[in-house]
Amino acid sequence: MASLHEPDVRAPGDPLPPGSNPLPRKGFWAWINKRMPVDEFIADQLTGYYAPKNFNIWYFFGSLALLVLVVQLVTGIFLTMFYKVGETTSFDSVEYIMREVDWGWLIRYLHSTGASAFFIVVYLHMFRAFLYGSYKPPRELLWILGMLVYLALMAEAFMGYVLPWGNMSFWGAQVIVNLFGTIPGIGPGLVEWIRGDYGIADATLNRFFSLHVVAIPLALLLLVMLHLVALRRTGSNNPDGIEIKEKVGPDGKPLDGIPFHPYYTVKDVVGVGVFLVVFAIIVFFTPTFGGLFLEGPNFGPANPMSTPEHIAPVWYFTPYYAILRAVPNQRMGALLMALAVVSFLFVPWLDRSPVKSMRYRGWISRLALAIFAISFIALGYLGLQPAEGSYVLLARIFSVLYFAFFWLMPIYSRIDRVKPVPDRVIFHAH
Amino acid sequence: MTENVVAADDGVDQSRRKFLTTATIATGAVGAVFAAVPFIASWQPSERAKALGAPTVLDISKLDPGQMTITSWRRSPIYVVRRTPEMLASLKGHDQLLKDPNSEDSDQPPYTKNVYRARKPEVLVLIGTCTHLGCLPKQHFAPHDPEIGAYWPGGFFCPCHGSRFDLSGRVFTGSPASINLRIPPYEFSNPNTLVVGLDETHKGAA
Repeated sequence: MASLHEPDVRAPGDPLPPGSNPLPRKGFWAWINKRMPVDEFIADQLTGYYAPKNFNIWYFFGSLALLVLVVQLVTGIFLTMFYKVGETTSFDSVEYIMREVDWGWLIRYLHSTGASAFFIVVYLHMFRAFLYGSYKPPRELLWILGMLVYLALMAEAFMGYVLPWGNMSFWGAQVIVNLFGTIPGIGPGLVEWIRGDYGIADATLNRFFSLHVVAIPLALLLLVMLHLVALRRTGSNNPDGIEIKEKVGPDGKPLDGIPFHPYYTVKDVVGVGVFLVVFAIIVFFTPTFGGLFLEGPNFGPANPMSTPEHIAPVWYFTPYYAILRAVPNQRMGALLMALAVVSFLFVPWLDRSPVKSMRYRGWISRLALAIFAISFIALGYLGLQPAEGSYVLLARIFSVLYFAFFWLMPIYSRIDRVKPVPDRVIFHAH
Repeated sequence: MTENVVAADDGVDQSRRKFLTTATIATGAVGAVFAAVPFIASWQPSERAKALGAPTVLDISKLDPGQMTITSWRRSPIYVVRRTPEMLASLKGHDQLLKDPNSEDSDQPPYTKNVYRARKPEVLVLIGTCTHLGCLPKQHFAPHDPEIGAYWPGGFFCPCHGSRFDLSGRVFTGSPASINLRIPPYEFSNPNTLVVGLDETHKGAA
C-alpha cells in the first residue's frame, strides 16, 4: 500500500504529460504509477495522441478489426476447450459443440462469422487506404506491417477452415497445399513436408491446429502491435491526405487534431454498436450466410475418396482462387495468384501521384480504383463459380484489370491531373 | 576515487573487440541454424506414416491377358490390367474423342506419358479413383458395349456420374472428369513383380 510519507511520482512543479489530468499524489493509483507508467502511457497513447479531426466512416474499420480480433481470441479459447483434434475426432467434436455443449452453437457461430467479419472489415480498411493514399510516405512501413497482418490472417483463416475436418476442409487443404507442389524442383518434397504424410492426413490436421491456435495468433498480435506502433510515429492519415503535424498551434499541438480519447474512442463506440447489430443478425439468423461463410459440403465429414462437386474456398479467398483458375498452366496460375497478393506490398512505390487523397486526384486515378474494386468483387464471384465457359473468360478479363491497376499505377498516377490540396483539412462542425 | 574515471579508449583494442563480437554473432547464428534442424525435420512424414506409405509389391505372373486386379497403395485403389494385343490396338483411332489424348494436362510419371500410358505397353497401372469426384470406375473392357455406345473401344466407366475412360485411362469428351486417370509411380523389380510407389525419383519409404 502507498505510504503517506512516500514522495510523489512527479516532483512538484514538473509539467504534466500533455492531455493528462492532474494526478492524485497519494493513494493506490499513485502507488501504481510510481512503479509503472500507466498515466504516462494513457497520456501518450490516448489523451495526448492527436488524430485528425476530419475522420469519416471509413475510419471505423481499424478499431473494428481490433474488436473482431478480440472476439476471435475469446471464442477460439472456448472452442479449444471442447474441440478434439484428430482425423477421427475433429468432425464429431464440432458436432458435439453444436448440439451438446450449452451455447456451443453460439460460440462456434460467433467464431465462424467472426472469420468472415474479419475479412470484411480488413478489406474495407484497405480500401480506405487506397481512397486516401494512406500508404504513401511517410506511412510505407505502416502499410507493409498492415499487409503482413493480412497475410497472417489469411494463413490463420485457411488453417482454421481445415479444423472442422468437413469434406470442404479436406479438399480445400488438398488444393491449397498442392499449390506448393508447383514450385519447380523443391515442390513435391515441400508438399510432403507440409502435410507430414503422403496425403492430407492426421499429421496435417494436428500441425494446422497448433499453428491456428498458438503460433499464428501470437504472430498476429505482434504484428498488430507493430502496426499500431508505426501508426504512433506517423499519425493517422485523413480524408484530405494532409499532414496535420505540419500545422501546429502555439501549444505545439496540431491545429487540425483532436485527442484520440475521448473524441475517437466515443466515435468508435458508435461504430462498434452498428457493427454488432449487423454481426448479431448474421450470427442468429443466417450463420452460414447462404453457404458463403460456411459451405454446404463442410457439413459432411472429410472423405478422401469423394471430392465435392465444386471445390471453392470461402469467399474471402475467391478473388485469388479465380486468378489461379483463369490461367491454363497450373504453375503460372499459382505464380500469378501469389503475385496478386504480393502486389499490395509495392503500392507505396508504384503510386507516383503528388497528392494522397482521391479528393484531389483526377478522373484517371478514380476510374482505376473503381475498376480495381469492381474486378476484385467480380473475381470473388467468379471464384465461387465452376471454372468453365464464359466464367473463365470473364475471370481472365478481370485478372488483367486487377494487375493493370497495380502495375500501370506508376504511369497513370503520374499523368493524372491533380487539384491543389488545401492547407488545412476540410471540416464542418456538427 | 579519481582513478575510477576510465577513459573510453583506455587500452581497448577496438579491432580485437570488433573481431570477437563478429565471431560471437557468427557462431551464435550457426548454432541457431543447427538448433532449427530438429524442429524443421519434425514435419517430415513420421516413421509410422512412412511404414503405412511403403511401396506395394504385387506378383503379376498369375494375371492373365485381359484380366484386371486391384491392389492398394497409400489408401488409394490401384488397378493393374494385363492388356491383350487387341486391347492395345483399340487405343488407336479415337484421339478425336478424347479430352487429353497425349496426357498433356494429366497427372502421371514422365515415363508413362505415351499412348499406352505405361512402362510396358501390356501392363497398365492406374490409380482407380475417378478424377471427377473420386468414385471407382468399373471395367467395361468389351468393345462396342451396347450400354455405352457403338463407338466404345473398351475401357472404364464410372457409375457415379458417367465419366468414361479408354483402356489406358484417357478420358472421353462429354465426361464430367477433366483429366485422365492418374498413374502412380511404379517399376518392375523383375518382369513379373510390380512395385507401386518406387521409381527413379520415388526411392520409396520403407
